[in-house]
Amino acid sequence: MIRVCLLSLLLLMLPPVAGAIDADAPIADEEQRLLYEDLIAEVRCLVCQNQTIGDSTAPLAADLRREIRGMVESGQSEGQIKDFLTERYGEFVLYRPRYTGSTAVLWIAPGALVLMGGVALWRVVRKRATLPVTSEEEDAMDA
Amino acid sequence: MLRFAAPVIVFLLMLVVFWQGLGRDPSVVPSPLVGKPAPAFSMPRLGQAEQQLSNADLKGEVVLLNVWATWCSGCRQEHDTLLRIAAMNDVPIYGLNWKDDSALALNWLDQLGNPYRATGVDADGRVAIDWGVYGAPETFLIDAQGTVLHKHIAPLTLEIWQRDFVPRIAAARAAAP
Repeated sequence: MIRVCLLSLLLLMLPPVAGAIDADAPIADEEQRLLYEDLIAEVRCLVCQNQTIGDSTAPLAADLRREIRGMVESGQSEGQIKDFLTERYGEFVLYRPRYTGSTAVLWIAPGALVLMGGVALWRVVRKRATLPVTSEEEDAMDA
Repeated sequence: MLRFAAPVIVFLLMLVVFWQGLGRDPSVVPSPLVGKPAPAFSMPRLGQAEQQLSNADLKGEVVLLNVWATWCSGCRQEHDTLLRIAAMNDVPIYGLNWKDDSALALNWLDQLGNPYRATGVDADGRVAIDWGVYGAPETFLIDAQGTVLHKHIAPLTLEIWQRDFVPRIAAARAAAP
């Protein structure tokens, strides 16, 4: 009994096996299939903004998967397909927007903020290190 | 002095950024089409499937293209506004019936009134993708040369019409020879 319980628990903990969202047969050509899968995992579903079109069951996501599949099968490159999408929906449609004038701040800001914080921290720490030790701190060190 | 002023300045800057952010609607994605030529399209007309509605029909005057469907509650909401705008007889409205059942769509226009000069049927959503449509209702303002001037996402109201459309229409007509 306990074995059955443990086994079912174990099965429950398995990550859900990747279920295909498309009802159609996968693309036969291996390279094209991988490109298609990469793309649908990177294109945002604009109806349900925190999902990719590979995750979403929204009708628009299904339409976009169909378009992308058609483009992949007709031999278009990743760049061409991304251009097609951004010309219509803007860079927001890509989860990793490309580096352009208007998206530069997105890419630079996090690094710049960490850098600024680091410099500030370093300066404070260095300044504190040169301060004379107070009597309270001496007590704390002795304890 | 700077060590006291710096945090205050940083705080004020953050306040400005966050305050502006509060007023934004994250579900509205700016359209890259604004300022560009309208995408080429051709689709059968609602009720006259043998005829096509295409860019050529829109050229020559300032027009609206309204994306709608009978499954879209926001479209029902803005329908009266569209009828009012149509009644002004100033700017023709064309419809793009998006992923809908044509019988239901015809019934809708029959029951509620038809503000459209013509409606194109986009049953599989291909035309809508070219226009970057992602949530009906959407309304595009297109000038006489076929350039997209403005896109409004969400139901139209007369207030929005006055604020966002009327000045742009006047400017487009003033600019045209």
